[in-house]
Amino acid sequence: MLWMLLLAVWPSQSTNMLLAYGPMPQLDESLAAAEQKRIAVIDRAKKTGVCIFSKDGNGGGSGVVISPQGHAITNFHVIQSCGSFMKCSMADGVLYDAVIVGIDPVGDVAMIQLLGRNDFPYSELADSDQVRQGDMCFAVGNPFLLATDFQPTVSWGIVSGTHRYQYPAGTLLEYTDCIQTDAAINPGNSGGPLFSSAGKIIGINGRGSFEKRGRVNVGVGYAISSNQVRHFVDHLKSGRILDHATADFTVTTDASGRVRVDNILEASIAYRAGVRIDDELIEFAGRQVSTVNQFKNVLGIYPKGFRVSATFRKSKQGGELAESRTLKVFIELSGVHDQRELIEMVAGKMKTQPSVPEIPIPQPKQDQKLDTSMFLSREGFANYRFNRVHLERVWEKFAGRPTDEVSADLSAWRLICRDEDDKEVMVVLNDQQSGYRSESVTVVLDPDRESLQQLVPEGSGGLLLALQQWRKLMLNGPRKIGDSIYVGSLPATTFGEADQGQANEKKQIMVEQLTTIADGMEFRWLFETSTDPAMTPISGNMVAMELIPEPDAVPCQVFFSNYRRDRGVPYPGTLIYRLGDGPAAKLTIERIELLEVDGGE
Amino acid sequence: MAVNKVSTNQLGVIRNDVHFVKRRSIRFAIQVWGVFGVVGLIASSVFAQGNVAQESNQSKRAVVSMTQAKVVKINGAGGFQGLESYQTGCLISDDGLVLTSWSYVLDADAVKVTLNDGRKYDAKLVGYVPQIEIALLKIEDQGLPHFNLDKAKIAKAGQRILALSNLFRVATGDEPVSVQRGVVSAVSKLSARQGATASVYQGDVLLIDAITNNPGASGGVIVDRQGRLLGMIGKELKDAELGTWINFALPIEVINPYVQKILDGEVVVEAETTRKPTEPMTEKLLGLYLVPNVVNNTPPFVDRVDTDSVAAKAGLQADDLVIKLNDGLTRSVKDFSEQLGYIDRDARIEITVRRDNKFLNFVLER
Repeated sequence: MLWMLLLAVWPSQSTNMLLAYGPMPQLDESLAAAEQKRIAVIDRAKKTGVCIFSKDGNGGGSGVVISPQGHAITNFHVIQSCGSFMKCSMADGVLYDAVIVGIDPVGDVAMIQLLGRNDFPYSELADSDQVRQGDMCFAVGNPFLLATDFQPTVSWGIVSGTHRYQYPAGTLLEYTDCIQTDAAINPGNSGGPLFSSAGKIIGINGRGSFEKRGRVNVGVGYAISSNQVRHFVDHLKSGRILDHATADFTVTTDASGRVRVDNILEASIAYRAGVRIDDELIEFAGRQVSTVNQFKNVLGIYPKGFRVSATFRKSKQGGELAESRTLKVFIELSGVHDQRELIEMVAGKMKTQPSVPEIPIPQPKQDQKLDTSMFLSREGFANYRFNRVHLERVWEKFAGRPTDEVSADLSAWRLICRDEDDKEVMVVLNDQQSGYRSESVTVVLDPDRESLQQLVPEGSGGLLLALQQWRKLMLNGPRKIGDSIYVGSLPATTFGEADQGQANEKKQIMVEQLTTIADGMEFRWLFETSTDPAMTPISGNMVAMELIPEPDAVPCQVFFSNYRRDRGVPYPGTLIYRLGDGPAAKLTIERIELLEVDGGE
Repeated sequence: MAVNKVSTNQLGVIRNDVHFVKRRSIRFAIQVWGVFGVVGLIASSVFAQGNVAQESNQSKRAVVSMTQAKVVKINGAGGFQGLESYQTGCLISDDGLVLTSWSYVLDADAVKVTLNDGRKYDAKLVGYVPQIEIALLKIEDQGLPHFNLDKAKIAKAGQRILALSNLFRVATGDEPVSVQRGVVSAVSKLSARQGATASVYQGDVLLIDAITNNPGASGGVIVDRQGRLLGMIGKELKDAELGTWINFALPIEVINPYVQKILDGEVVVEAETTRKPTEPMTEKLLGLYLVPNVVNNTPPFVDRVDTDSVAAKAGLQADDLVIKLNDGLTRSVKDFSEQLGYIDRDARIEITVRRDNKFLNFVLER
């Protein structure tokens, strides 16, 4: 009897515990804090995710906003059948209109712009080279098109591999240097972001390995690295259809495991610089190369037109390597495709197929008017409107006036210069008959002779033609002198240290490029911009120009510096020119005289 | 101001002494400007992670890196009809013993093992255990990073794991194999089948919530978050009842005694299962006769094929070398006979042979 009394008065806690399933486990404080942090990071990141729907509701995918103006990155294969305009939902519950901006079909990347706001939540593109196997990561997107409530799906995992290679379908959709993850990537996740545990974009999800289990995740997804996307961002903004890079040489592994050149185009810059078959490739674009896969990986992340370095160990006759002879060259990467070929391939892929909608398209809350002025069609462009916008922006920043405004004063220019030996050089620039006079050389352009015969002064590759066009550009603006387009931004360091006084090897200088086709020749104008392509340019000055008189010709490069502005018009104080990678010659401009030239008889 | 009229042919300054009248002139002072001076403004906010999360990334990187050095890529036989020619293995001694899955991949004259750093070796088969389908290979080198099986840990349900394997052969040469993250969901008896036949091993396995069992993954490693070996990734098997693919690993405590047996030379070859059919298949029923078993490991060449027999109709010929009988490797006439004894007389059989340096597949149905 006594024991029943004892039981009755036993401390109630233990009775409660006996009634429950035993003592509740306490979550360690640091774990609870980590969990809260993860929740906060995900909450912020998912707000920048985008669910993309095509107009007819056929399929869909994901994307991520990377600027407050609404620029968003996605996969090319997500938007290829969407047409020029599409609908995008974000986690705030709003369905936005979006317009196509630029496409990179080879690398499977596309840029669109969401419309209607200047303050979109956005995420930053991180440095994907810092990512390691084992790092935690998460994907945000719309797998299986579940986001009918506009809330994207989040899946968590780790980085399973880095610098992976996935074969293309034909020549498109090649994934080089990509990130592999076991975070669940399923159909619908394509185009969406892969975030680091800190909430920065390390990749754009787009592919996976599938086999016997069908097209559902089996723990192997692939994301285009954010560094590859960063190389293309400005080019995508230009509204063009982009091409990937090829190096004009191919490599193979020899019997001793070394990477050697097995084929090279004689018309290429590399060949002209002295690269030959059997030379060993040891560095490309700043990366050490010890396998062919590494070379393919690093080549695949660059757009056509980028310039990169390549280092070779020269082989002696008979294939033995001379250890001490290394050759470093700067190569402008040409395109994988012929421009025509690329346009046709893309046009074929982008035909919208009429079909029955598979999912109900979420309806916008209000009847939003579509701003059709955001799209301008032009052959060879995904959206020409953006190209015009950037062309105007770059020109106006530099020249201080819009592209359709011509300078009031159309006089000829006379440049009084001193060369490096302090001897006088005079350059007169006119519309057609420019002239150059130094102590030893006097040349004048003859408009009746072919330009290609007049690449004078001798050894400059066409300095006079280049400067003649330069003056025309300065007076008339890019749209009046020929067909001009905005290309995008490029790193400038690989143009070489033309001015020895500049200690800018360490700084990652970028330039924005405009290209003009005039008189059958290609002129490139390069304007300084900041190191971070997302920021506005610093001075916007034209730091260099290039004349390519005919395809595959060695370019004539001219570098402008020491700018002064006179009545808002920028004039350079120093001019450095060279032919390709040859020695540079410097001209210090003491003064520029505007010459009254009457119409004449 | 007087202006000289000049025709466009007379650029006087260049050709002769006709002077142009200056309207304006602009003088420049010679100054060296740092035109390329860009103010580097990268406002990078280092996102402060919680201590645990930060440690977690750092320590995982270290564990992954350390473990990768012990995992190897194996290339061998196969590469046709959905049978991949690659799998994964791991080093278990500093002089090059490699633990892996016992499979057709190893039945090649040249099995190649590639280390994490890209070094390639020819591998020799030391021994194999059909009961649990493991094999030991040997490569010749010293001082190799390896798992110490004695220090391996026994896993329990709830154990967080990392799985390393070369699934889908994503990695080649000096590229590191793939890493996945998961949890041991349960330790349970395996009830699986391989094709139509029950799997040989029906004992305890680690069931994992990550999709570890993919092409090329078998032989890969399951480690804990400190890098201690917990198990070896098994083959691609389906659950016997549901037909769904199972993600499992052989626990290290099951593997260890057999490894010891192989090293001691006591390799047990007979498959100890109780599933012998009451009426097994025979050579006579198939019309397929192998050469007489005169030496210990007589290679299983076909001696003759009865005309109009099942074997003849399928396409088998004398002098074919039998490589596989269903999913089992046949290394000798003895292997073939024994395995035949486990097949029901009415069952459908798949035989793989080598004929004139080609691998051929045949289906025999009575």
